[in-house]
Amino acid sequence: MSQIPQPFVPVESNDPMVVPKRVAMVRPDTRPTIRRREEKFVMTFPHLIIREVIMFQVVVIGLAVIALLFNAPLEGLANPLETPNPSKAPWYFLGLQELLHYFPPVVAGVVIPGLVVVALVVIPYARINLVAGPLWSGDRAKLRNGIAAVTVALTVLFAAFQCWAIVVPTLMVAAAMFVARGEGKGQPFRRFLTQVTLPEWIMTWFVLVATVLTLIGTFFRGPGWSLVWPWNMYPPA
Amino acid sequence: MSSFQLSALGALIRNSAVYRSIIRHGVANTNRNRSLVVFENLFLHVHPVKVREKTLKFSHTYWLGGITLVASFVLIVTGIFLMFYYHPSVPQAYRDMKELMFVVDNGVFYRNMHRWAAHLMVFGALLHMLRVFYHRAYKPPRQFNWVVGVILLLVTLLLSYTGYLLPWDQLAFWGVSVGTNMAKEAPLVGKPLRFLMLGGNIVSENALLRFYVLHCVVLPTVLLLFLSVHIWRIRKDGGVQGPPEKDASDEVEP
Repeated sequence: MSQIPQPFVPVESNDPMVVPKRVAMVRPDTRPTIRRREEKFVMTFPHLIIREVIMFQVVVIGLAVIALLFNAPLEGLANPLETPNPSKAPWYFLGLQELLHYFPPVVAGVVIPGLVVVALVVIPYARINLVAGPLWSGDRAKLRNGIAAVTVALTVLFAAFQCWAIVVPTLMVAAAMFVARGEGKGQPFRRFLTQVTLPEWIMTWFVLVATVLTLIGTFFRGPGWSLVWPWNMYPPA
Repeated sequence: MSSFQLSALGALIRNSAVYRSIIRHGVANTNRNRSLVVFENLFLHVHPVKVREKTLKFSHTYWLGGITLVASFVLIVTGIFLMFYYHPSVPQAYRDMKELMFVVDNGVFYRNMHRWAAHLMVFGALLHMLRVFYHRAYKPPRQFNWVVGVILLLVTLLLSYTGYLLPWDQLAFWGVSVGTNMAKEAPLVGKPLRFLMLGGNIVSENALLRFYVLHCVVLPTVLLLFLSVHIWRIRKDGGVQGPPEKDASDEVEP
């Protein structure tokens, strides 16, 4: 008892009950490959591969040229009885070594680096990093008081340890945050500042502080960790 | 048609049974063969066959992750060369440095290259991290890859730091002494951890041997492991993410 199949007749209608419209739900946090706009694609080979090869060659040749021009340092044989003054860790630890000058070792050597690593790990899981808009787009009065309070607290804390290398960048960043309150009409840099989000301000503050501390530790610290000019780091005996 | 295939020798090689057993597709002058170049190759197959054109722009990633990757590749190659001439013992390690500088052919060149590539790798990793942060490329679905990146940064610092001791000169010895004195301050675990790292209470030949093993075996293995995850996840999370894009809701259909 097989029925004869109905012949297929295309129906043209604007009534959704007759011709259903397909709807795609796209969550706002989905990957960027799901987009309504048509993206232009190119073949990975040759377009991307050739650029990767060129980048590889540029880096290797650049390193080779530097290796031909500059010798890696080598001092005398290690002698546990003869401490060089100053004795310094590798450059990427000199920011921490500079902190050691202001704070007790457990703070500079354990607490602060530990906090930095934890802060880095939680970045993508902190809600503020996912939703933040321009800094002054929210409750402006509340924000003004908040920034002022945090700035004063940080300044007092670090000034108590006479750590001006952190106080000065902190005040600079706070000043820039208040500069960003306006419209920034006709001034490209100020207009750019108005768009910066709170997480970006915090990261910029951290990078600035870390850079200043590292530069001081690298170039401006001499015997007994005293402040010196770079050319007096190892004074003639 | 490439000139390589047009030459008689090129045709001979390309049509030989051996070549065709290795490279199983023809000349990459059709999109089909260009696809096969990518996904028939172990080393290229993490790439998609096609990429969004805008990802080719220099300002998309500034190539910082790639530069860091190339630096680590240079470090592995030059590091293996250096291992042929290095004994992790006191004072032979220092003598080997002198040997590299004055006796071994190109020894000074490879040592220099290893040193500067190490600085490039640390610096490149830091800059890459900042680029990813300011481009907000840590957003879902990339959260976990950011965490893998933080682990890779720490492994990079540890690699650089363990390598710092190996020349066994004053710079190395006191640099590591200063650093490990900081680790001592950690509550409870600090002193035992330092003892474990140094194989004693001071930086000695035990410390040199341990740092050597960490630097040449343990940490490179950990690095390669997490690096593989990192690069694989880039592909799985939808490719390299450049500057922040407008939300899909802001976009107008063409």
